Amino acid sequence: MAACSIEDLLAKAEQDEAEKLKSITVQKELDLEFDIGNLVAYDKNRIDIRQFREQKKEDFLRSLARDNTQLLVNEIWKHPTERVEEVIVVKLPEPTTPLPREKPPPKPRPPTKWEEFAKLKGIQKKKKTNLVWDDVAKNELHRLRNIARAQKIKVPGVGLTPTAQQSKTDLARAVNVAKSSTASAGKFQDRLPKEKAPRNTGKKRKFQPVIGNFSNEKQRQLDLLKVLDSKKPRLDVNKAVNKQMREDDREESAAKFKKGGKKGRKGGNFSGKGKGGGGKGKGKGRAGGKGQGPPSGKKGAGKPGKR
Amino acid sequence: MKQYGGVIKPKTKRAKRFLDNRAPKLTENVKNAMIMKGGNTSMTVTQALKDIYALKKPSAVLYKKKNIARPFEDSTSLEFFSKKTDSSLFLFGSHNKKRPNNLIFGRLFDFHVLDMIELGIEKYNSLSDIKSSKCPEGTKPMLVFAGDAFDHENEHKRLKSLLTDFFRGPVVPSVRLAGLEHVLHFTALEGKIYMRSYRSLLKKSGCRTPRIELEEIGPSFDFILRRTHLASDDLYKTAHKQPKALKPKKKKNISHDTFGTKFGRLHMQKQDLAKLQTRKMKGLRKRRGPAAAAVVAGETSLKTTEVE
Repeated sequence: MAACSIEDLLAKAEQDEAEKLKSITVQKELDLEFDIGNLVAYDKNRIDIRQFREQKKEDFLRSLARDNTQLLVNEIWKHPTERVEEVIVVKLPEPTTPLPREKPPPKPRPPTKWEEFAKLKGIQKKKKTNLVWDDVAKNELHRLRNIARAQKIKVPGVGLTPTAQQSKTDLARAVNVAKSSTASAGKFQDRLPKEKAPRNTGKKRKFQPVIGNFSNEKQRQLDLLKVLDSKKPRLDVNKAVNKQMREDDREESAAKFKKGGKKGRKGGNFSGKGKGGGGKGKGKGRAGGKGQGPPSGKKGAGKPGKR
Repeated sequence: MKQYGGVIKPKTKRAKRFLDNRAPKLTENVKNAMIMKGGNTSMTVTQALKDIYALKKPSAVLYKKKNIARPFEDSTSLEFFSKKTDSSLFLFGSHNKKRPNNLIFGRLFDFHVLDMIELGIEKYNSLSDIKSSKCPEGTKPMLVFAGDAFDHENEHKRLKSLLTDFFRGPVVPSVRLAGLEHVLHFTALEGKIYMRSYRSLLKKSGCRTPRIELEEIGPSFDFILRRTHLASDDLYKTAHKQPKALKPKKKKNISHDTFGTKFGRLHMQKQDLAKLQTRKMKGLRKRRGPAAAAVVAGETSLKTTEVE
């Protein structure tokens, strides 16, 4: 009993499938050959001439075309599809029919003079990578910073420290910095004939928008008032004292190092050193020449916080 | 600077790009077609040329003026034109008493004539005659060749290849499913070739693949095969030579067996089996004295592993 019903079920399922596919199945004696890469189908079946003559020509041709196109489309739909920007496209394989080329395949071009020379000398092409994280520059900067800290002079800005490979932008920046480090901040510096003015310089000021966050503005104004009101100094005494102490320590250690290291040296070196140190950057006004300058009068808390 | 046949040396980058586009390449451009009229043409022929130009746009040029030339006798002017416009397909239409409404389809290789096939128009319905909405220009058509003549007869085989070359359009890696609208159907029957152009409508069927309904749009021709000038076999072979670089690279050390399993081969260096690192089993450790034989899984130098 159960077996019967299973058979019936299967038969029914088959029937349903056949029904579904009825609209797209086409009966042909010989299967068509397809070249999906070119969207071509070759139908090799013999055409019944009598049928052709009986029917109206156009209708016969149209039904033949419809059947063949249906088979071609069935074949195309078997290929994998993908979704590209809200459109479903089918990925076509390579075309299989051999078609003649337009022009003969390209001949390998003769090596240029440089290529010949390179081959002769055994020079290989070195691939330059696009953007490399420049660790050297970073190291260089840190190294100079350390030196400056040890010698108490300011470190030069970006672009002036010599690096292995300087890019166009680095060089441009260095040129600009050099140009503007004159007494009048580069205002009267002559430019090269075709050089353009640098456009990114100038002070940047940022203002709050006029009508923005009302609560923020209110808060800011109230804080300002509070600061004005309070009688406490706007100075973190602790911080200032610690900073001062650290600087004093540094000065002492530097002085000790100097004394210890320069036992046999002539005095002349001192001046040279001083000048060199001052010329390096915005020198801190080292009292150049022999001996140390008088220690600048530094008193504790009362001074406004140094930057 | 590259030598460009010694004739023109480009002085600008744009000129260089233009000449490089026309130079022989590994993967070639779409073949351009030049459509021209002969010394004497009839209304049918001019209209037919215009319609085929519409089918082949934008990779076609239609010449308006008449060219007094006979392709079957002297093809130098054709070759000159092809060099000028960088076209390797041509369609020459003419009309005289002996051969009325004549169309010559041809193709060139390296700017020399490869194949030429002459077809006479017996019946013709133009695009404008058939009133229906047309496909947008530039759609890649589906081509169908029906009839056993296309398989058995030599001239028909060449004609099939020529027509495929002519109408196939650019070779693309993928095609929009909804954009498969245009169908060109060629039927070879009783020495005649019927060309029909339809617009395919994709109708809903029960399953994923749609049902096709056709609507005739484009020009319909009833051709009769006249003269042919086919290329010699060796020229044909040379024209089909593909550069080696285009051949698909074979992956070494991968093989498939009959069940479809993929196998890979690993090549190992020679290993000292005594010093092989296996699981440490205390009982198997080398003892000083009467040594116990070490049990080592024997692995040959060539391993065959199953790769999924």
